[in-house]
Order: sequence, then C-alpha cells, then structure tokens
Amino acid sequence: MIQIECPFCGKRDQSEFSYGREGQITFPALNADENSWYDAVFLRKNTYGRQIETWQHTHGCRSWLLVERDTVTHKIFSVKLAHTDWQEQIKKTT
Amino acid sequence: MALQVTRFSAWNVLKNGFIGQSGWSRQWRDPEPKSKYDIVIVGGGLHGLATAYYLAKNFNLKNIAVVEKGWIGGGNAGRNTTIVRSNYMLKGNREFYEHSLKLWENLSHDLNYNVMFSQRSHITLYHTPSALDSAARRYNIMRQTGSDAEIWSRSKLEKKIPHLNYAKNARFPIYGSLVQKRAGTARHDAVAWGYARAADKLGVDIIQKCEVTAIDRKGQKINSLQTNRGKISAKKIALAVAGNTSRLWHLANLGNLPIESHKLQAFVTEPLKPLLDQVVVFGVGGAHFYISQSDKGGLVFGGDIDWYKSYAQRGNLPIVQDVAESAISLMPCLGRVKLLRHWSGIVDMSMDGSFFMCKTPIDNLYLNAGWNYGGFKASPASGWYFADLIANDRPSEIIKNHDLERFKRGHYIDESGAGPDTKLHG
Ligand SMILES: Cc1cc2nc3c(=O)[nH]c(=O)nc-3n(C[C@H](O)[C@H](O)[C@H](O)COP(=O)(O)OP(=O)(O)OC[C@H]3O[C@@H](n4cnc5c(N)ncnc54)[C@H](O)[C@@H]3O)c2cc1C
Ligand SMILES: [Zn+2]
Repeated sequence: MIQIECPFCGKRDQSEFSYGREGQITFPALNADENSWYDAVFLRKNTYGRQIETWQHTHGCRSWLLVERDTVTHKIFSVKLAHTDWQEQIKKTT
Repeated sequence: MALQVTRFSAWNVLKNGFIGQSGWSRQWRDPEPKSKYDIVIVGGGLHGLATAYYLAKNFNLKNIAVVEKGWIGGGNAGRNTTIVRSNYMLKGNREFYEHSLKLWENLSHDLNYNVMFSQRSHITLYHTPSALDSAARRYNIMRQTGSDAEIWSRSKLEKKIPHLNYAKNARFPIYGSLVQKRAGTARHDAVAWGYARAADKLGVDIIQKCEVTAIDRKGQKINSLQTNRGKISAKKIALAVAGNTSRLWHLANLGNLPIESHKLQAFVTEPLKPLLDQVVVFGVGGAHFYISQSDKGGLVFGGDIDWYKSYAQRGNLPIVQDVAESAISLMPCLGRVKLLRHWSGIVDMSMDGSFFMCKTPIDNLYLNAGWNYGGFKASPASGWYFADLIANDRPSEIIKNHDLERFKRGHYIDESGAGPDTKLHG
C-alpha cells in the first residue's frame, strides 16, 4: 500500500488520506474570465510519471499536502504542507 | 492476401467433431503494417475494433488499420466485469446506450461469433422508499423511451434471488429493486475476437505489438504516426485508447483534457455451482458493489476505483477490503469462498462521467474516450457512432453534445450529479 509521510503525523497508510487533484492547479481570481476558470476546474494534465498532487490527511490532522508521486510506480519523492503559512493563520484566528 | 476463415455453424462444428477439429483456420490475418492507410485507428480494444468493423461494414470503406501496442483485448477490453445495461437517463446517453443494447441483442449473429451475451437481468437494490422512488423516475424515463424496466418488491426478490442477505437486522435491509431484464453480461474476450475477426474479413488490417510513439503534426493536420514498427501515414486518425488518451493527446501537443486516468479493480472467485442468475448491484452508505456469476462458475465482482490517479494497472489493498466487506454484507454465504484472482485496468474518467466522441482541434483527428467504468456495454454503439463520425466528418444528432467543449457551454451530461471531480463518477 502507498504510505505517505505526513509532516505532522508521520508515515501513515494511504487509506487515511484522500486524493485531491493535480498540484499545479491554482484557481484564478473570482472576476477572471471564464476560460481560466474552465481550465482550472475541468482540464487535467493527467501526467504519466512524476507529478505534484494534493492529498488531504482526512483521517488524521486534516492538513492538505503537496505530494510528489510517480503515477506509474506509485513511488513518492517528497511530501510537504500545501499551506506553508499555517502558523500565521493560526495566530490570526486565536 | 485474403485468408479463408471457416465460418462457425452447426454443420462445421459437427464436421470438425469427425475430423479431429482439424478443419478450423486462423481467425484473422497478422499483416505487416503498410506505410499508408485511409484511416488508422489507434487502440485495439473493443471500441477501436468495433469502429473498424462498422467503418468497413456500414460505410464500405477499405483501407483501414487498427494499431495496438500490446495484443487486442489486453487493455480494459479484457479486464472488465462485462455488465451490459442501458439504464442511462440523460438525453444523448439514453438513445446511445439503448442503441448499444439493441446491437448486443444481435451481435453474435452479426459477427458470426458467439459473444455469449446473456440477458440475465440487472438488479439494482434499494434500501429506502425514497431511494426507490427517485430511481423509479429514471426507470420511468427508460420506459417512455423504448426500453424495459420493472420494480421488484422485496418479497419478489426473496423468491428470485434467494441468497442475498434479507436479514431484518442487516445494516441496510433490502427494501426493493429496479430491474432491467434485457440487461446482462457477455464474454469480453469473445467480443474483441469477434469484432477483430469480422473486421479482418472485411479487409481491415489488425496490427498488434505496434505502439504509437510520436505524432507528426503540421498545424491543423496530422501527417503520420511514428510507431515501433515504422512510420504510418493516414488521411484520418482516430484515437480509441481509453486510459491512455491523455498520453496520446500530449504526443500531438494538444494540451490538457477533461479526463483523468484511474484504476478500477475486478475480482473473481473459485468456480462454484450455480448460485446467482442475475447481475446484482448493491450501493448504499458509501458502498458500491456489483456481482454476477460467470459461465465457468466464478463469481465476478467489483467496487469503486482506487480513489487516486494512477496508470499502474495493479489494484490497491484498501479496495480489496471494501469490496470483500460489501460481498459479505450482501451475500453472507460467500464467507468461505476463495478469491482466485484480482486485477485492475486504467479507466479514462471524465469530468461528468460521460464519454467523448467528437472532432478535435486537428482536422483529421477524431476522439473516442472518457468511458469511465462503463465502456464495455457501450462498445457496439461506440463503434457504430464513431464510424459514422469518421466517415461523414460530423457527429450524428445523438452524440452531438458528447464533445470536449460541452463544459464550456455548461452542458454537463452528469448522470449521478457528482460534479467536476473524475473520481466521483463511479
Ligand atoms: C475492472 C474493470 C471493470 C469494468 N467493468 C465494466 C462493466 O461491468 N461494464 C461496462 O460497461 N464497462 C466496464 N468497464 C469499462 C470498460 O472495460 C472500458 O470502458 C472499455 O473496455 C474501454 O474501451 P476499450 O475496450 O476500447 O479499451 P481498451 O481495451 O483499454 O483499449 C485501448 C487500447 O489502446 C491501446 N493503446 C494505448 N496506447 C497506445 C499506443 N500509444 N499505441 C497503440 N495502442 C495503444 C491499449 O494497449 C489498449 O489495448 C470496466 C473496466 C475495468 C478496468
Ligand atoms: Zn497528518
């Protein structure tokens, strides 16, 4: 089974996580034209091989992660937090 | 070189019984690829082979090749759970899948090949009155549009399918079911071989171990395909490569697609005596499970995709567990049955769960993709309408909204209403 090294929780089975989407996708501004929204919502590169993708540690700390994985071998090369500013965000809300 | 293929008939079966089965010929040729064709179809799965057959049969076209990187039927064609049904509701899908079912009903005769199509009924179980009501709407639409559909109560189910879990204290007690009696299963390999044999007979070159590795595109036109068996040029090129669609799309430098490749697993148990006469679908509380029994006696079943994008063609263990749990909840009698094999295929999941059959930004390139879990049943109609699209260079009325641009127009064909996340279109 794929195991993902969560920066908070350590190495956990893939079944604790849910796959998000391709990591290069960024959503455009709300007033951006329809085409850029169309690209972000509907189109996928669907890479054969190494890609960056998002996963959420749904049954753990619930962080969103950026994972670099090979879509053919399932080998994982790196895992990091998707929201690097989480510490500031927490300060703001507490 | 024409090959004299023995026709299958009662007479030939009888005759060969007396002559030690020595009177059978090869079923199709194994030609070297030519350097030029009028039409090249990439992908020797069911859709590619059916397309070649109907191009030759319905449009009398000759100079056609199907190029397949492995062996025909080695992709999803030979990996699926073989369920055939037409219980789709939305315009376009409704007519398309109904046409497909009609073609299935005569396919063995049409191809002179026994595809073992068995109309054994497709039973979808429901567990609450409201779920049954909302499904009845779909089935009413089917009845209004020339198909068959029935509601079976729990007591009728108990008589017809005795081995399901009817316990009153089951986690999800069975309430009733919707039934399509004309639905059923077929032998997937036979469908690939039958179409290949029939297409070959009409002059189509079926070229195996021939992988497209590069696409030579000049502006709005593709001139030739580079393959491991040499360069092949063609006036028209058609893609029917299922889970590999994005890879070919990138070879032609066409950017991104509303498709993701995921893997779907299937399972078969050791052979048992006859236990289950129908195809039964169980889907409640996050479970998704479908089961039937093959003619050899093995129970064939499957569940959800593996939930993350993958080209690995091998299944993961959490799904094995989920599927086993569903199997036992639905048919507790399977508790001691041994699993014989399980495998997976790469399915081309689309953003609304419906397929694409359309022209492309390239003048002489045609696309057939986005079959999700459900392209087996679609094979005959897929070949039929794709051939029509290629031959006439325009989509027929029925598939005119199955194009890549439909999301831009807001025209989703989303049967389950799951939204633009490919993995939710199971
Ligand atoms: C486990 C599983 C269960 C399923 N169950 C059902 C079911 O019960 N009912 C149902 O209706 N559908 C089902 N499906 C879906 C169905 O099998 C597919 O939608 C359908 O087979 C896809 O069409 P195809 O047969 O043409 O694809 P494939 O057989 O995958 O054909 C595509 C071919 O393209 C070839 N190819 C790829 N790249 C290249 C290249 N560069 N050059 C040359 N050739 C290339 C591949 O080798 C492959 O043979 C299931 C699928 C799976 C995986
Ligand atoms: Zn975590």
